[in-house]
Amino acid sequence: MSQFTNLTITKARELLDDGEVSAVELTSHYLKEIDSKNKELNAFLSVHAEKALASAKGADIKIKNDQASYLTGIPLAIKDNILVKDELCTAGSKILENYKASYNATVIERLNRESAVILGKTNLDEFAMGSSTENSAYGVTKNPNDISRVPGGSSGGSAAVVAADLCLGALGTDTGGSIRQPASFCGIVGLKPTYGAVSRFGAVALGSSLDQIGPMAKTVKDVAIIYETISGHDPLDSTTVPNNSKLLDRVEEINIADLRIGIPKEYFEAKGLNSEVKEMVMKAVSWFESQGATIKEISLPHTEYALAAYYIIQPAECSANLARYDGIRYGRRADAKDLLDTYLKSKGQFLGAETQRRIMIGTYALSSGYYDAYYSQAQKVRTLVKKDFMEAFEDVDVIFTPTSPSTAFKIGEKTADPLEMYAADIFTVTANLAGVCGLSLNCGKINGLPVGLQILGPWFGENLLFKVGEFYEQLR
Amino acid sequence: MISKDEVKKIAGLARIEISEDQIEKYQAEMSAILDFVSELSKANTKGVEPIRQITGLESIFKKDEDRGLLNQDSGNALVNEAPEHKNNFVVVPEVLKGK
Repeated sequence: MSQFTNLTITKARELLDDGEVSAVELTSHYLKEIDSKNKELNAFLSVHAEKALASAKGADIKIKNDQASYLTGIPLAIKDNILVKDELCTAGSKILENYKASYNATVIERLNRESAVILGKTNLDEFAMGSSTENSAYGVTKNPNDISRVPGGSSGGSAAVVAADLCLGALGTDTGGSIRQPASFCGIVGLKPTYGAVSRFGAVALGSSLDQIGPMAKTVKDVAIIYETISGHDPLDSTTVPNNSKLLDRVEEINIADLRIGIPKEYFEAKGLNSEVKEMVMKAVSWFESQGATIKEISLPHTEYALAAYYIIQPAECSANLARYDGIRYGRRADAKDLLDTYLKSKGQFLGAETQRRIMIGTYALSSGYYDAYYSQAQKVRTLVKKDFMEAFEDVDVIFTPTSPSTAFKIGEKTADPLEMYAADIFTVTANLAGVCGLSLNCGKINGLPVGLQILGPWFGENLLFKVGEFYEQLR
Repeated sequence: MISKDEVKKIAGLARIEISEDQIEKYQAEMSAILDFVSELSKANTKGVEPIRQITGLESIFKKDEDRGLLNQDSGNALVNEAPEHKNNFVVVPEVLKGK
């Protein structure tokens, strides 16, 4: 046990500001930890040791001159589908094996502005499609709680490096649960921000109407700190919403005793929900009740169609977005005899099975004759899912659900059947379809495996989620 | 159940070359997925508009001018990442065959 064991951003900030430790020392510590543990976990795909130490030096000067802000000198990890200038960005795919980013994502610019330290890039399912990191072209990441199990996905690498204490926080992306589900499996905190709260500029596009970049860390407070830095309007991403109110007034005045918590019966009665997971989440609900919060059973009636709608909309958008990996502009090109053959062979050889499958499902759903039955119908269902949430948030402040129907499963357990893997996303896809924000935090363990409580909030209700999450984290 | 020919056709439309073995595998998997998503037809969406933008933002317009948001050098660096490039242009395999 060193003074760095289980360190949080909040605590590290104090140590740095009090001069008890320097950013260089802190960074060196994590680089050493990565050196000794990453081989087993396979969570970092690349480590930027020299650059990290250089930016730590810069951070130390800032701290000395009293110019430090929250993230100055704080070592973080970045999911490898977010561009960091001059560094490899593989997106977990063979087709981008040697691809170097030529500019920074907006979130990286914002972290750099605060002189945060970027340690390296983390593993993910190829192009962020998957719930286990088993779809990565660079091998599966192991869950630090039990290395025979998956860390969840697609931001499995980011979740694992936070849980294994290899950094103080990380960025992930969430298209259908890819931040919250791995946070749940690894026992950390993860936020899927409201659609439009964080710039997607410089994130490798998957499902553009669903994707959000978000923070992962050990505590709610730490997640809130990273969120504060990366969120906000960006002229480079027109879907970011200017001047969103973030419900600040409501958050100021709210106490745990006047909190109204919705319990959606469609989630708690879902077929695949593990009974022990359900019990553990209900225990958290009871704790809030014992603190005076009002618990209300609610209904989100279109939940049963959400997963199906998601698995049309997401592949449809993916098939359009991934058309760019054609062997011409990015990454690798296969040997071919002419232009068409270049497309066919490059996509045939360098894209993995799950990626090919989703591109084909998307192509099918968007093709002539099927568009109305699939894509258009799915977008209508999406309207209904959004309406469900709008109505629910008239009656309750937040909604509690399990993050995932189970705890972390064994490596290889679900790879044979894509549909079984998709079912892991059943409680998380709704937030992406409706655009609302969702926080996953640990609410206990079953046989040593963490269970996640998901707290869903209204559009731009992130601060409310943080407040509710902190109540639980600090008082329970 | 979709047919092998349909799988082949879709793969062609998506510009992905797949082997006979893969066709068989994808046929089974895609059929199962399409069966699953077909549940959607049961949802009553009469009179419901498909969603266009989840936060309700309308089209955002900007002037057609350099906003100085990006370093122009990054454009050159971007081209340099293409698998084949020359004099800051991406090299593309021959498109039209000459006689």
